[in-house]
Amino acid sequence: MNLSKDLMAASSTPLVLAIIAEGETYGYEIVKRVEELSGGALTWTDGMMYPLLHRLEHQGYLRSLWRVADTGRKRKYYAITPAGKQVIVEQRQQWELVNEALNKVWKEFNDKMQGSDDHGYQPA
Amino acid sequence: MATNPLNADAFDLETKISEWKNFLAQRAVINAQDIDELEDHLRGQIEHLGNSGLDDDEAFLIAVKRVGDIESVSREYAEVHSGRLWRNLVLAPQETGANWFNLELIVVLMLAVGAAIAFKLPAAFGVVFEDPSTPLYAHNLPLFCLPFLALYFVWKRQLGKQGIVILAGIVTVLALAMNGFPFEPQGSTEILAILHLPIVMWFAVGVMYSGDWWCTQSRRMDFIRFSGEFVIYYVLMALGGGVLTAFTIGMFSFIGFDVEWFAQEWILPAGAMGAIIVAGWLVESKQAAIENMAPVLTRVFTPLFTLLLVAFLVTMLATGKGFDVQRDVLIGLDLLLILVLGLVLYAVSSRDPGEPTGYFDVLLLALIISALLVDVLALLAIAGRIFDMGYTPNRVAALGENLILLVSLSGYAWHYVRFLRHESGFNSIERWQTNYIPVYAIWAAIVVFAFPPLFGFA
Repeated sequence: MNLSKDLMAASSTPLVLAIIAEGETYGYEIVKRVEELSGGALTWTDGMMYPLLHRLEHQGYLRSLWRVADTGRKRKYYAITPAGKQVIVEQRQQWELVNEALNKVWKEFNDKMQGSDDHGYQPA
Repeated sequence: MATNPLNADAFDLETKISEWKNFLAQRAVINAQDIDELEDHLRGQIEHLGNSGLDDDEAFLIAVKRVGDIESVSREYAEVHSGRLWRNLVLAPQETGANWFNLELIVVLMLAVGAAIAFKLPAAFGVVFEDPSTPLYAHNLPLFCLPFLALYFVWKRQLGKQGIVILAGIVTVLALAMNGFPFEPQGSTEILAILHLPIVMWFAVGVMYSGDWWCTQSRRMDFIRFSGEFVIYYVLMALGGGVLTAFTIGMFSFIGFDVEWFAQEWILPAGAMGAIIVAGWLVESKQAAIENMAPVLTRVFTPLFTLLLVAFLVTMLATGKGFDVQRDVLIGLDLLLILVLGLVLYAVSSRDPGEPTGYFDVLLLALIISALLVDVLALLAIAGRIFDMGYTPNRVAALGENLILLVSLSGYAWHYVRFLRHESGFNSIERWQTNYIPVYAIWAAIVVFAFPPLFGFA
């Protein structure tokens, strides 16, 4: 199943922040981790993630550092800041709120559907 | 750069990658570090795909595809790094259509000539520039040229009819106030209105410049950058114009012609008006042509102004003259503070937000705090004068200005301290700055429109 564009955009910030909060990491690893977490359902245009990382850095949620990786290449690593951790907490509350509301309303929807099935549809 | 030796033979991966990098490098918003970062990503992806059995050429194609369409990716970068675009403006490699350039040049020249004609038009009806009894020029100076500059941006940003109507509305209302109010000649409300009119009008230029009715932060920051560069371009053109005029007069006087009247009546005023539009156009279109001057000047003068303010504060406090400031000193102080505010505005908007905090940030904070202290001193002095001698338009205007500066500088100081302590990003300083700009414009509008009736046009 493919996610809608809007949902993909909305979830990218909380996902990226939470992944970086697991420990210092870099772009390609973040993409891999997202794929792994979503079982391949979430695939971004990889290039789009870097501007997002830069924006989060400007906002003070991330800190970046150039290091030389074991491959011998220069690599930019990202780490979470205290402000970033704060944001993760806030975002988590917001998503849980949405999640809860959706679950409730879908449960009602489900119940109703089942109820109407019982009365409305009689197999011949 | 280490390469995987297994990848080296059949298909030349290195050449392909460097071609790809060159392609990226054409985008002004993607700088060398970003390219390194993206290259690392690409190579990571290629290695990964290679490990799962793909050939180099296949892996390369897939990896490039997954990075995405460079056009839309660079647009994303532009959203985040608007300042970079400013430094080197070409979002997409531009088609160099000769027609387009000529059309723009023609529009600019027409607007410049328009401003010059507008300025000379009253003279055709016998209004004299220096005549104090008919202060038409003194009252309306910015209204002769800035509307044409705004008009250029209405055209350039394709704001259409709406832009023209709004601009015409603003100019009409301003002109009605400036010429309709029964000012007492040489009264303070008249002088205050004359001093604040350019600020209101410049903000109107900014609204048109933004192209989206002042809605996005990045466009507002661009306007601040534009303003800084504009001042420098204009001063440079004025210097050049002065030299040209001096030569014109000198050369003709050698051969016995006196052309001084012509220079004074035509070259200077028409040049001064037209240059406003030309300077605006130059800054708008030639950003990539030269390294920007304003950031360099800002770096040079920030420490010097900090030094001046600190020396002034120490002297005042040491000699105990702090609370007994005279009128002239107060005016000087306010002018100094406005200049410092301009410096701060520009320093903030020319800073690369991605840079780590450095000594210059500490220096700027020192400038802000010393300006804040001077402002408090000025406020105390003005409050004292109002308390002793009652309200006058000048004192109320000064009080309002210093209060606005107090809030503005405090905000800068607060956000800067948080930024230096890594509690928030540079973003919050930018937001404070751009959100506060309308306050200056609104205050200037109040001084122009409300002060004269409030104080009986005195």
